[in-house]
Amino acid sequence: MTTENKTEKPGAGLTRRSLLKTGAAAIGAIAGSGAITGFPTIWAQNPITLRQFGTGVSNINAIAEKCKQDLGITLEMTATDSDAAAQRAVTQPDSYDIADIEYWIAKKVFPAGVMQPMDVKKIKYFDKIVPLFIDGKLKPESVVAQGTAPHTVGFVDAQDSKTFAKSPTDWMTLIPTIYNADTLGIRPDLVGREITTWADIMDPAFKGKTAILNIPSIGIMDAAMIMEAMGNIKYADKGNMTTDEIDKTIDFLIKAKQDGQFRAFWKSFDESVNLMASGEVVIQSMWSPAVAAVRSKGIACKYQPLKEGYRAWGGGLGLAAHLQGAQLDAAYEYINWYLSGWVGAYLNRQGYYSAAMETAKGFMSEDEWGFWVEGKPAKGDILSPEGKVMEKAGAVRDGGSFEERMGKVACWNSVMDEDRYMIKRWNEFIAA
Amino acid sequence: MATITTSQSGQIETETAPRRLVIPHGLASHLQATPLLLILGFFFVLPILTIVVVSFWDYDFAGLYPDFLTMNYADTLGSWVTWKTYLNTLKFTVLVWALTLSIGFWVAYFLAFHVRTTTMQMVLFLVCTVPFLTSNIIRMISWIPVLGRNGLVNSTLIELGLIPQPIEWLLYSDFAVVLAMVHLNTLFMVTPIFNTLMRIDRSLIEAARDCGASGGQILWNVILPLAKPGMAIGSIFVVTLVMADFSTVQVMSGGQSASVALMMKNQMSLLQYPAAAANAVVLLIVVLSMVAAILRVVDIRKEL
Repeated sequence: MTTENKTEKPGAGLTRRSLLKTGAAAIGAIAGSGAITGFPTIWAQNPITLRQFGTGVSNINAIAEKCKQDLGITLEMTATDSDAAAQRAVTQPDSYDIADIEYWIAKKVFPAGVMQPMDVKKIKYFDKIVPLFIDGKLKPESVVAQGTAPHTVGFVDAQDSKTFAKSPTDWMTLIPTIYNADTLGIRPDLVGREITTWADIMDPAFKGKTAILNIPSIGIMDAAMIMEAMGNIKYADKGNMTTDEIDKTIDFLIKAKQDGQFRAFWKSFDESVNLMASGEVVIQSMWSPAVAAVRSKGIACKYQPLKEGYRAWGGGLGLAAHLQGAQLDAAYEYINWYLSGWVGAYLNRQGYYSAAMETAKGFMSEDEWGFWVEGKPAKGDILSPEGKVMEKAGAVRDGGSFEERMGKVACWNSVMDEDRYMIKRWNEFIAA
Repeated sequence: MATITTSQSGQIETETAPRRLVIPHGLASHLQATPLLLILGFFFVLPILTIVVVSFWDYDFAGLYPDFLTMNYADTLGSWVTWKTYLNTLKFTVLVWALTLSIGFWVAYFLAFHVRTTTMQMVLFLVCTVPFLTSNIIRMISWIPVLGRNGLVNSTLIELGLIPQPIEWLLYSDFAVVLAMVHLNTLFMVTPIFNTLMRIDRSLIEAARDCGASGGQILWNVILPLAKPGMAIGSIFVVTLVMADFSTVQVMSGGQSASVALMMKNQMSLLQYPAAAANAVVLLIVVLSMVAAILRVVDIRKEL
């Protein structure tokens, strides 16, 4: 059951294959003559298509439109869910040019040899990329979070290497696109008290009014945050549990379910919005756009910062192994454009964070930057990229500034060595 | 079907003049059966064979590996989750079957025997099908605002002062699942039963009455036995639909309850296709034996 939304930007009336052929030939000829100076005009005259598929930014058509406008590169985007993305990345490597996948997926996919690392020397804004993705530390004094932290799968040793490097090298696997810090969403009008810790979701006062998400790889992490906050267990690494730790966590969840603590388990974005908006649940695991969606209905909803920290996730763009020649150049050009600020500002305005915050700043108003990134009260209304009012003047972002939020990441979404066992036990939890 | 083909081929044989190309009797009927055979072969037999074959394969997250392993079956049948899920699905099936059968029978009975004119019968029957003009997902989801904690039912009852606080088990519970399934599937019972009831010769009922049978006796000894084929066909529809349901269980139980198809869907979304295939084969066998059992009890050919 994978949902595929195919957005094909209208080309110049030619088939993709012929575009590629003529485009590649023309670029080759120009490259041979040493005439490469201004890329954008060249792409505009010799249109080239890059096929991008994946989970994150591939859902955003505005980026494809702007890319076509700025670079002349046609982005053909296909959105899938993460499991389908992982499978497609490995089993159909010729079906895409650029993979838009999460870091934990990269951990599964890159060792299969279907992708090629990027030469950091060709990435113009490499030094502007947030250090979280380089050495795992937002600030020099930060502690590296548990789970599949992006920097642990962010580099490989050499161009043809399939093993992840322990420290930054010249070969980067993914260019970060969007990332965020997730926490629990609450209905401040209905919880009736301060919520400060992940353990609050298990408060008997909220019996039958809580929900967690039924996506095993993420749900287990939320459960781990809860377990640890309650003092039931101390994980060596929440992102890579032992079977014993998995057993303890699932047994705890089963008991809570049988005691009637949960109202529902949600699988999709809209389910989480409806549960919250209708008052069926008052505290639940949630994603930040869902919180915004509840608020846009005029219902109070807060993305509550918790003392144990956040569960973070992040995705990035990677290049397919088969890319070469003109297409490879176009892909680098696209990635450089991607990091140059317009996209970053667009993503920041959606409430996500972008890879190179510095470049994005130039494309945001002072008020927008203050609200989204610095955690300051909004001076005027804050608009979404589509122009809808997201927050009224005076509002402050839940959790505060970029540094406060991303600086308090406790763990990253991850894939465990005992993945299969975990999923088996998770199914038992749902069936119990 | 079979009788038609043979009689037609017989005709062809008698009509062909001696000098024309004579198509042998057997070949003609085979040729006539070919289109159906091809369609069933490609769209029914082949996919099922594929599922059976894949259910013995090995897999990891990246792909499927042809092999002959009974691991998938051992995993499926050896896990208490499977048994519990099957029991849960069977529970839903029995409840929904019993409810749709009784509701469906009485609706059909009303349409067939209490509504006098044929026009009115058809109008009312069409009214029954009106909900089918929207997708069944919409019909299912529209129960949520009705049954929710702050939904129509609860807020009405509270305003009337009948209950002090909302009833929790209305939504995201087995009750909600059964309610939605009955709502979705009753028409599949009504239609075939209505059809059989309409075919009952009214003189049989008059004869029974002349012989002094009471209304109850007529119902029990005349109408019910004659309605059996329709009830059996309706039961086959409902049982197969409920056994294979995943969306109703998922949505109406709020993800708290499991069904066999939901288990398969979970496995597929985790790319464990061979495990899902093994599960599908087991489900197929279970459902086929249920259908066989229904056919054992009732001879539906009587109607056809």
